[in-house]
Amino acid sequence: MIMNKYDIEKSVITHAYTPGLQIKESVIVRKVRRLPIKGEVIVNIGDIVDYNDIIAKSKIPGDPYTVKASYMLKCEPDEVPRYMIKKVGDAVKKDEIIAKFTGFFGLIKNIVTSPVDGYIESLSTASGQIIIRETPKDIAVDAYIPGKVIRILHNEGAIIETNAAFIQGIFGVGGENHGEIVVAVDSPKDILTEEHIIRNYKGKIVVGGALVTGEALKKAIEIGVKGIVTGGIRNSDLRSLLGYDIGVAITGYEDIGLTLIITEGFGKMDMSYRTFNLLKKFEGELAHVNGETHIRAGVIRPEIIIPHSRITANYNEQEKLEAGMKPGTTVRVIRSPYFGKLAKVVSLPPELRKSKTESYVRVVEIELDNNQRVIVPRANVEIIEE
Amino acid sequence: MKFILVTDVGSTTTKARLFKRTETGWRYVISGEAPTTVEAPYEDVTMGVCNAIREVEELTGLTILNHEHEGIIVPFNEGKGVDFYCTTSSAGGGLQMLCLGLIKEITAESANRAALGAGAIVMDIVALDDGRADYEKIKRIRSMRPDMVLMAGGADGGATGLVLELAELLKAADPTPRLGEGYSLPLVYAGNRDLRSHIKELFSDKFALTIVDNLRPVLEVENSEPARRAIHELFMEHVMSHAPGYTKLMKWTDVPIMPTPAGEGLAMQLIASRFQSNVLGVGLGGATTNVYSIVDGRFVRSVSANLGMSYSICNVLKEAGIDNIIRWLPFEVDKEDIENRLRNKMIRPTTIPDTLEDLLLEHAVAREALRLALEHHKTIATRLKGVAVAKTISERFERLGKELEETYIKMIDIGIIAGTGGLLSHAPRRVQSLLILTDAFQPEGVTRVFQDSVFMMPHLGVLSTVYPDIAWEIFDKDCLVRLGTVVAPIGSLEEGQDAMDITLEIPNGEVLQKEIRFGEIIKIPLPEGVEARAIIRTQRGLSIDMEGRRELETTVMGGVVGVILDLRGRPLRLPEDAEKRREKIKTWFKSLDLYPEEAYEEDKAHDHE
Repeated sequence: MIMNKYDIEKSVITHAYTPGLQIKESVIVRKVRRLPIKGEVIVNIGDIVDYNDIIAKSKIPGDPYTVKASYMLKCEPDEVPRYMIKKVGDAVKKDEIIAKFTGFFGLIKNIVTSPVDGYIESLSTASGQIIIRETPKDIAVDAYIPGKVIRILHNEGAIIETNAAFIQGIFGVGGENHGEIVVAVDSPKDILTEEHIIRNYKGKIVVGGALVTGEALKKAIEIGVKGIVTGGIRNSDLRSLLGYDIGVAITGYEDIGLTLIITEGFGKMDMSYRTFNLLKKFEGELAHVNGETHIRAGVIRPEIIIPHSRITANYNEQEKLEAGMKPGTTVRVIRSPYFGKLAKVVSLPPELRKSKTESYVRVVEIELDNNQRVIVPRANVEIIEE
Repeated sequence: MKFILVTDVGSTTTKARLFKRTETGWRYVISGEAPTTVEAPYEDVTMGVCNAIREVEELTGLTILNHEHEGIIVPFNEGKGVDFYCTTSSAGGGLQMLCLGLIKEITAESANRAALGAGAIVMDIVALDDGRADYEKIKRIRSMRPDMVLMAGGADGGATGLVLELAELLKAADPTPRLGEGYSLPLVYAGNRDLRSHIKELFSDKFALTIVDNLRPVLEVENSEPARRAIHELFMEHVMSHAPGYTKLMKWTDVPIMPTPAGEGLAMQLIASRFQSNVLGVGLGGATTNVYSIVDGRFVRSVSANLGMSYSICNVLKEAGIDNIIRWLPFEVDKEDIENRLRNKMIRPTTIPDTLEDLLLEHAVAREALRLALEHHKTIATRLKGVAVAKTISERFERLGKELEETYIKMIDIGIIAGTGGLLSHAPRRVQSLLILTDAFQPEGVTRVFQDSVFMMPHLGVLSTVYPDIAWEIFDKDCLVRLGTVVAPIGSLEEGQDAMDITLEIPNGEVLQKEIRFGEIIKIPLPEGVEARAIIRTQRGLSIDMEGRRELETTVMGGVVGVILDLRGRPLRLPEDAEKRREKIKTWFKSLDLYPEEAYEEDKAHDHE
């Protein structure tokens, strides 16, 4: 086929390749733990901390409440100071009278009370409005993972480092959680059903196979399971779990009683053997999980961190940049057809090829597990790090 | 001048476009693209810019980057460099703004329009009458991390006390800037001028305050230009200068960095001014969709921040509903499977369709994303509200309720539809993007349809601020693909009834005549660059122009697709019965040769493993 002017122009556009998710037995994990506002850091460089140790704390200013004092006193805004009982900066209790107008020998009484416990932040003689700010609330940030403090972020937090197994999921919901790993199924192809969820799993991170059912999730929440890690989930079950449909994949703040991490995708998807075997290997050990997912520029994927000291990660190895795709690289197909299949790269044809959709795209020739050789767009595979 | 280089620093990709003056005038030469490097570990956008430029260097052999002193060699000299460099940017989520106004449908709405027109993503619009209690508004403001705030309120000489209440509420909420606590949040005040001294007193210490002319000096006038200009200046001074690497990039450019949608909006305005036509433009992106309208000279932009084809694909599913998406598919599908497929695209947004079924599904989603984005646009492109004098408060509210429906966007008034964005540009057959735009926007009467060849509308938009003629020359020759003309009468007849006949007189002397029945859509090839005289006659029950006439003599533009005669009726109604609907869609798609034949064969389009 002869490419026309626009096809040639289109051919200039190339697609970025999806980086593989990390599935590592031993790696140096560093977590930045930061307060949402400035505060006091209470650890020092070199300190050894546990996952639930507080490393920094602060007081977050309370919410401000507006009080339309001039309306309530029935006076002009610039007259409000005249009727104030409390002054700016004073502490006040909920329902306490802060301003009062008495007229006609005590027959007319207009009062202003505080809607909250807090203090008077400001009084405007232009609008007649008083701002009362709630009492500050204590906030703190913990270490999330056990390890060593390697850096202090002045007035903000610290960086904690540990040697751990590290597995990234593709999508998750629910925030940080901690629990012992337990593998509830025999194979990564199995479906995690409610029968698999037993009382003993309370407080644990339960690993399933290709799918977790809605019933299993419900039972897990009832029992008090801390986390579920599985290959896939049906969209309808996710909807039931959350009570709504997710529009954009920015998650981590859901209050659902557990953390759910999906390693492969939506629908029934066998968990990769590599992930499954690694989790199996660490069965019985304490894991720290976070379902937070941000799919946009600066992507954040959910994670499972299992600190251990069996194999120590090599710092130099850590710095090595990820290599690109070349013949022999193991990849996983991440779009239909062949979705989820593992394959080896056979060749990387430099020229654009016409796909089944008639688009001209950069492709990769791969050999599937069953020795079948197929050509797929390069954008539709991810590298599996060996 | 010989070479011009323009980049767009997008949220994921930085795109460089090189333009050259040739014997036949200014032309687009080549593109270079590289991942944007605004995030850790790079945190310096100029790295991505250099990588994209390096690709241009490799493809052309031209040296552009200054290896001794960083930056770009300007001007072109002894075979090196370019004569002019400029850029747009939407990296790091673009310009995110909070808008405040006194009345939701008057000054708050004007503030929203001004911010959108300046290229911002509006995170929320706070008004005294927005239905939320003060503490709820404050909580919301505190939870946001905007780049900038625009506050309007009160006509000059009008309300003061209420505007001050709103200002105090903003001050009490003390929003945290997205770029950190050490940064003074820019605040543009465009409200009642009588309050300027109070506003200064309230905000000068903690905010980077700029006071501009009132957005609504009187109810009957919306004066958005001073606010828009201030937003652009503050975007450069405060937002861009705090983003990693931008201070360096700002030194390289010959004109201020412009937000990408502002550049795209200028390109749409360029189309309107050059063709002297009302234009409806759309940028269908992966995360957001921008709609632009230029109607009788009035420019309005809307951004649907969560309607897009990759990151936001599931928000389209959520907003449109699965039934509205699958109604555009010519084959039977399992809803659960479709939902899972779209979710998988959401979590792996850079993948591309590799089966016809996946391609058709993405095209179906695109129709719904565009339809919803236009609906959203219509809520912003409205006549000024609150201008009529109402005698009582209740009368005023009653009037406001009615005015809600009063968009001035009428498809019969739109002469040109222009589309840009990855899905449209990468559609394997150009007729696919034309039908996607047609199904979504439902043009009425005679409408020309254009699309971006390679994504370069923002580039040409920013270039047009300095060299409008050069920008137009490139735009005309290398950017705007003329897809063709859609002829779509308004109204409805019985299926199969004689509906329209058309005579096309082509400049080479050829005369084409067609009779079309109701329910049909057909394509007449008419090459790009050729215009034909058309005589259109519709049957009773259908009309073809804004006067409601049944006959029209006009000129139709040819294009890579040609002339589409769309007799499916306006509004377009798909059959209720699923099987009949699928048959109908299949007939239309086949008539336009929209997809390869395999797309319509049961099972063949499905995955084979």
